[in-house]
Amino acid sequence: MEMELDAETQLKNVMCQLSDPEGTHLGPPMYLPQNAGPHQLQQIVNKLLNNEEKLPYAFYISDQELVVPLETFLEKKKVSVEKALSIVYQPQAIFRIRSVNRCSATIAGHGEAVLSVSFSPDGKQLASGSGDTTVRLWDLNTQTPLFTCTGHKNWVLCIAWSPDGKHLASGSKAGEIQTWDPLTGKPSGNPLVGHRKWITGISWESVHLNSPCRRFVSSSKDGDARIWDISLRRCIVLSGHTLAVTCVKWGGDGVIYTGSQDCTIKVWETSQGKLIRELKGHGHWVNSLALSTEYVLRTGAYDHTGKVYSSPDEMKKVALERYKKMIGNSPERLVSGSDDFTMFLWEPSISKHPKTRMTGHQQLVNHVYFSPDGQWVASASFDKSVKLWNGVTGKFVAVFRGHVGPVYQISWSADSRLLLSGSKDSTLKVWDIRTKKLKQDLPGHADEVFSVDWSPDGEKVASGGKDQVLKLWMG
Amino acid sequence: MPQGDYIELHRKRNGYRHDHFERKRKKEAREVHKRSAIAQKALGIKGKMFAKKRYAEKALLKRTLAMHEESTNRRKVDDDVHDGAVPAYLLDRENTARAKVLSNTIKQKRKEKAGKWEVPLPKVRPVAEDEMFKVIRTGKRKTKQWKRMVTKATFVGPGFTRKPPKYERFIRPSGLRFNKAHVTHPELKCTFNLEIIGVKKNPNGPMYTSLGVMTKGTIIEVNVSELGLVTPAGKVVWGKYAQVTNNPENDGCINAVLLV
Repeated sequence: MEMELDAETQLKNVMCQLSDPEGTHLGPPMYLPQNAGPHQLQQIVNKLLNNEEKLPYAFYISDQELVVPLETFLEKKKVSVEKALSIVYQPQAIFRIRSVNRCSATIAGHGEAVLSVSFSPDGKQLASGSGDTTVRLWDLNTQTPLFTCTGHKNWVLCIAWSPDGKHLASGSKAGEIQTWDPLTGKPSGNPLVGHRKWITGISWESVHLNSPCRRFVSSSKDGDARIWDISLRRCIVLSGHTLAVTCVKWGGDGVIYTGSQDCTIKVWETSQGKLIRELKGHGHWVNSLALSTEYVLRTGAYDHTGKVYSSPDEMKKVALERYKKMIGNSPERLVSGSDDFTMFLWEPSISKHPKTRMTGHQQLVNHVYFSPDGQWVASASFDKSVKLWNGVTGKFVAVFRGHVGPVYQISWSADSRLLLSGSKDSTLKVWDIRTKKLKQDLPGHADEVFSVDWSPDGEKVASGGKDQVLKLWMG
Repeated sequence: MPQGDYIELHRKRNGYRHDHFERKRKKEAREVHKRSAIAQKALGIKGKMFAKKRYAEKALLKRTLAMHEESTNRRKVDDDVHDGAVPAYLLDRENTARAKVLSNTIKQKRKEKAGKWEVPLPKVRPVAEDEMFKVIRTGKRKTKQWKRMVTKATFVGPGFTRKPPKYERFIRPSGLRFNKAHVTHPELKCTFNLEIIGVKKNPNGPMYTSLGVMTKGTIIEVNVSELGLVTPAGKVVWGKYAQVTNNPENDGCINAVLLV
């Protein structure tokens, strides 16, 4: 009798190998009872990693999420139990962000289309740039206009908050850049002139590299990128691209990435502006770049707990900690979306050749964005779809269809569980990453939605478009 | 060998005539005088035709000159703030006709129910019945007069089959049938050739509406799916109403303006 029972339990076991997304094994392969589900696996992983507080994990077997006990999964998917079953665990955010489902405010104020909206890194302030040549700061508590910052000569195309939330930079179509003090709405100093054509992107230096923030990089249609120092008011020119620079990102390990219409991505060193590396591969314009660490770099020291830091040094320390935790021991990854309908996944610090080519879109890719935990890449395309890719391997995961017009911009919620997309068809849509389905349809804009942003604290979503109003959405 | 090439052949063998180039130059020099003589002499329709031709030639010449000059000219950079701001990622892309969202669907629905629209042509000339229909005399002695032929442009649905002639009271001639209309979007200021879905209302009477007669001022429904219009809820708009602005029976085409 005893023997029989033993044999039965023996049969119901399966050899498993747990590993993290980069493929590092966690402990030796082990026999797990087949009735173990994600919950039990979570306990095992927490134990093996010696986590003091229990963290939630998601488990994947060959890129499919495990939500049922192993037994049912094996039966359904007909997985061989002859060799060790490789289970990948991915840490999930310990907080959960509620989806937005209603429009809480429609604020008029801009006299022309709203071209960019952006929340401050702590999620407490909101700025928008518009075609009426102004930058506006909004009061999120009363949902009313706070400051109108005038000074630009032409459409304000892009705005960017410094990661410590102390400055706001905006670039216009006339090629000048202005920095603003978000507390008073006054310009800090004269406009920074140098670019001969319109500004296409602005990116600040991360707070863990330099605190307080004073340097940012801007890219322009004239083919240059420039590093500006707001306290010294000097600039370093990064010239080398033969056509317009469309996108610029300041990386976490202190290099600058620029994507250009001349089909190349260039990597620059920041102190003298020397070219380090050139990434070639695309067959048409590079439209958008995304870094795996982008969200951490953007939010700096601020996280979901809403802690406030007094001194820049403390901020730097915390930001560095967050950055280290985010990046782990793998290199920084870069994804580029292009007009040739494809995307490339690069590891610029290791090789100048792409890691993967991500194909599937039928129209140009307008915007790519890494999820805050770096596990996913989402891409918005003019073929009316949003696609989801594995952020580590670059494998295709899912496609989100539902928009009836080109998708312009996307934004992630801070817990990487929801994705927001804004489209030409005047709607915003929220997609659920776990079920890979539409979670919420948010109609309300009267015209194309040009820009969307999900606040880092997860409370609100802001969107602006051609109908000249700014909309705030809430859960 | 083609017969007309003897001059070329002669030139190839013997070269040009000794005074060829001089004659050519003189002929060209004389040309302007000749032309001016014609211009002065030509009267009536011939004069008009000549002037028109000359005008076209001169216009082309000027355009070509201006085009060549443009490359050398230095122009001032356009610094003005324009309307229709677009984000940086759309600045380098060609602007296709940008579609508008319907202003308000509820309003649209209410209007549909009442059968009233605020239309570009509020008043139409009433069309009398004897202008609209031509009486067809039938019967062996052509004494019966119950048959009518519509003398205006009509829309006939794709699934329509004619009744047997004995029962067919209204004939809609196939030469006056239309299934496409040139529809102008008043805000985009551009015109599309769109398929007609149906005739919504003919202001002259419900009978004409049901017959699908399209006269000036008629409201027709057109298929706007290729315009890419969306409703506030983000769905593609399929059918929209338009008002006929010309007299289709005279012009041989239907021009309409979209009601937005």
